[in-house]
Amino acid sequence: MVAPSRRFPPLATLGAAIVVASALIAFAAPLLAPYAPYAQDLAHRLEPPGGAHWLGTDELGRDILSRLIYGARVTLGIVALVSVVTAPVGLLVGCVAGYFGGWVEAVLMRVTDIFLALPRLILALAFVAALGPGIENAVLAIAIVSWPPYARVARAESLTLRHAEFIDAARLAGASGGRIVLRHIMPLCLPSVIVRMSLDMAGVILIAAGLGFLGLGAQPPTPEWGAMIATGRQYMLDHWWVAAMPGIAIAVLSLAFNLLGDGLRDWLDPKQR
Amino acid sequence: MIEARGITARHGDNVVVRDVSFDVADGESFGIVGESGSGKSTLLRVIAGLHRDWSGELSVAGKKQDRDRPHDFGRVVSMVFQDPYGSLHPRQTVGRALAEPLIVQGIRYDAARIDAALRDVGLDASHRARYPHQLSGGQRQRVAIARALMLEPRLLLLDEPTSALDASVQADILALLRRVRQARGMSFVLVSHSLAIVEALCERAAVMQQGSFVEEVSAGDLRRGNLHNSYARELFAASRGFRRAF
Repeated sequence: MVAPSRRFPPLATLGAAIVVASALIAFAAPLLAPYAPYAQDLAHRLEPPGGAHWLGTDELGRDILSRLIYGARVTLGIVALVSVVTAPVGLLVGCVAGYFGGWVEAVLMRVTDIFLALPRLILALAFVAALGPGIENAVLAIAIVSWPPYARVARAESLTLRHAEFIDAARLAGASGGRIVLRHIMPLCLPSVIVRMSLDMAGVILIAAGLGFLGLGAQPPTPEWGAMIATGRQYMLDHWWVAAMPGIAIAVLSLAFNLLGDGLRDWLDPKQR
Repeated sequence: MIEARGITARHGDNVVVRDVSFDVADGESFGIVGESGSGKSTLLRVIAGLHRDWSGELSVAGKKQDRDRPHDFGRVVSMVFQDPYGSLHPRQTVGRALAEPLIVQGIRYDAARIDAALRDVGLDASHRARYPHQLSGGQRQRVAIARALMLEPRLLLLDEPTSALDASVQADILALLRRVRQARGMSFVLVSHSLAIVEALCERAAVMQQGSFVEEVSAGDLRRGNLHNSYARELFAASRGFRRAF
């Protein structure tokens, strides 16, 4: 394969390790969580970190660590679903626009521009408000606002490939436009889309958390990190850990995705090969 | 093989090929010489159906050609490009690149057919799994020629097929092209800025300047410098002068 033999950047390795660890934790949540995520214990509400509850308990006496572990499922699930939906859509739109050009490109890219012109969180808010709150709709809303950057990236790559001689050769042999886009252009646009995707995942986590915080994403009692911060907000001054623990989880996972994306960008950059 | 009448091609508002007419007989090798920007590559792309903005009448293999070419046009006409680094897909193995024309045309094939195509151009089966970046420029151009021959076309269009290669490799590729043509009785249309390469491969040639043919000559006349047009003579003198400099 064309994979470069250079070493993967150490910080990106750290990012990848955190992402993989989070995925494993989410997968094995029932085995790892010391308590059930919904088990209330009003006698031990708002207990500080330490003792029987490593990260303390929330306002209903639920173990925060257990909720964080189960929350990883929700958060990573949203990230995975959004990526699976948006990256192929953006890639297809961008490659089709870049290769065919003309009015096809004009229409597709103006639609893309319209989506990019509005702040993502605000647009996602509008969609969730219209669709109704809930995780499924949050995923849908985030997906609707997340594909345009991929389309931009893929189009820019396709434009440079459109007049490549190997594309001319395929056309001359009789390859259809669809085949050229799918088999010849898309594989070459994939690395930049993957990089963009891993950088975007941090943003997706933040939007998901933002929607949860505003009460438009995951609904209580689902242990979603954003929603956990929202409830912890009321106890912020006296019981900081209720909001801080999910906040730290969001920050660490976002940072991990960013490190991974940055590293991938350097690693996959053909100029450094 | 080709009948072209009054071909005019544009790039946007610029007319790059102006009212060009010529014929190429079956099995004949026709050269087009001219300096950069004379429109010779565009003319070749018009014949291939890769440049769409043109007018005039064009027949290839007895069939009148429109802007859109029929799906099986690739079985009649094929092309070798100038830049062997740009004409192979960077993420496709040699075997995949050679199979692509067959897949596209719905032709069944096996590994033996790919290996035979590689042997035809002086490579071997061990090159099948390689990627373009693992090959030298000359090897890449051999792969490009093998790919162009996969569908056994009757007409091969050559756009400066050797100008990106160094001198010793140039000679090998020219010998390969001559051998391929003899073995298969194909027609060639060769575009080049070098009279020497046209002389080596073509029976007949046209000199092109600013989008028009200024002179058509036989290879013999080209070799002797028996030219009438002043620009063609200049080009001839320049190429001789260049040779003496060696």
